[in-house]
Amino acid sequence: MGDSQYSFSLTTFSPSGKLVQIEHALTAVGSGQTSLGIKAANGVVIATEKKLPSILVDETSVQKIQLMTTNIGVVYSGMGPDSRVLVRKSRKQAQQYYRLYKEPIPVTQLVRETAAVMQEFTQSGGVRPFGVSLLVAGYDDNGPQLYQVDPSGSYFAWKASAMGKNVSNAKTFLEKRYTDDMELDDAVHTAILTLKEGFEGQISSKNIEIGIIGADRKFRVLTPAEIDDYLAEVE
Amino acid sequence: MSIFEYNGSALVAMVGKNCFAIASDRRLGVQLQTIATDFQRIFKIHDKLYVGLSGLATDAQTLYQRLAFRHKLYQLREERDMKPETFASLVSALLYEKRFGPYFCQPVIAGLGDDNVPFICTMDCLGAKELAKDFVVSGTASESLYGACESMYKPNMEPEELFETISQALLSSVDRDCLSGWGGHVLVVTPTEVQERTLKGRMD
Repeated sequence: MGDSQYSFSLTTFSPSGKLVQIEHALTAVGSGQTSLGIKAANGVVIATEKKLPSILVDETSVQKIQLMTTNIGVVYSGMGPDSRVLVRKSRKQAQQYYRLYKEPIPVTQLVRETAAVMQEFTQSGGVRPFGVSLLVAGYDDNGPQLYQVDPSGSYFAWKASAMGKNVSNAKTFLEKRYTDDMELDDAVHTAILTLKEGFEGQISSKNIEIGIIGADRKFRVLTPAEIDDYLAEVE
Repeated sequence: MSIFEYNGSALVAMVGKNCFAIASDRRLGVQLQTIATDFQRIFKIHDKLYVGLSGLATDAQTLYQRLAFRHKLYQLREERDMKPETFASLVSALLYEKRFGPYFCQPVIAGLGDDNVPFICTMDCLGAKELAKDFVVSGTASESLYGACESMYKPNMEPEELFETISQALLSSVDRDCLSGWGGHVLVVTPTEVQERTLKGRMD
């Protein structure tokens, strides 16, 4: 695996007890586009800004929100390519679980395995931590769930959370607006309003992406037409 | 001489009304010689899930140890017991892993699901599942057991009647098989309790 000089782990402890590479990874996440998730009483919604580098980019070809299984979806803040690697690994793990038990993987188990992968990359030789935080939204026998997974490999269950550029404003806004008995539709409205808070420019169905999962346990990304409807209701 | 007939065994599981029963013989032999008359073939995985393993005794014991290991890890990770269907899929996967050097066992799995609906199934030594709504059998006495169960079984039996039926089916079948017998071991499982009983049959 290359020169012995480079086979140590990049995440070695600093004298203050921190893993500096992970701190830097979190900074990479913090400067990524805002994304957020809200858990409602009957489902979960996740949403993200979709700011493209130029108007010439075909926005229909870009999809930031992806499925891990039919009933678990994920959105990220940070480096897109890193999130693709994680989604690929998680999809495989979910299918391996199904092959063994013929049962769809519970959300907590998939989150734990994804987090384990991210942790591996903080304690191996010749690799760097992932530059993404993930928001995983799923619905299984334990109801709707929302988890955040960080580059360090730690994961937390949230009722509502945000990541990326506008995180502190977004979280404050969510803290004020969140109620435990929110329905999925209300949650989508709240998600849009939260994104709008820190949005630079005009919000439209072309520059945000929203994914929802309800009691039907089928995660899906909303079409631009559906987003337009929600935006109209919010205006 | 088939490897499956080396130790001798008889296993049967039956579905009743909101309950199930699983029964086995107690003989452990080395071909024609009887070594033990108190051999355990039915193992508990959790309160509502039992697995019986017929065939080569050493493989039955090793396979049980592997299954208990997997289930304990599952319980720790997922903080819940395995459903019987899930467990059956796991057993099937473990057996198929050894496709070209199999465990010489035929499992019989019996359990109560989350909603207390009884579940039974059996599979061959390579993991081909066979689900049944009424009864499943396994072991050297399986042919006799099929006949006995087919004629004695009725659906929706209460635990007491189920116990009687499965015991009669087991004892009459092992009496026709020289490699199994020396008594019987019957467990009747309902959502609230488990009744374990030992049967005295022809001791030969």
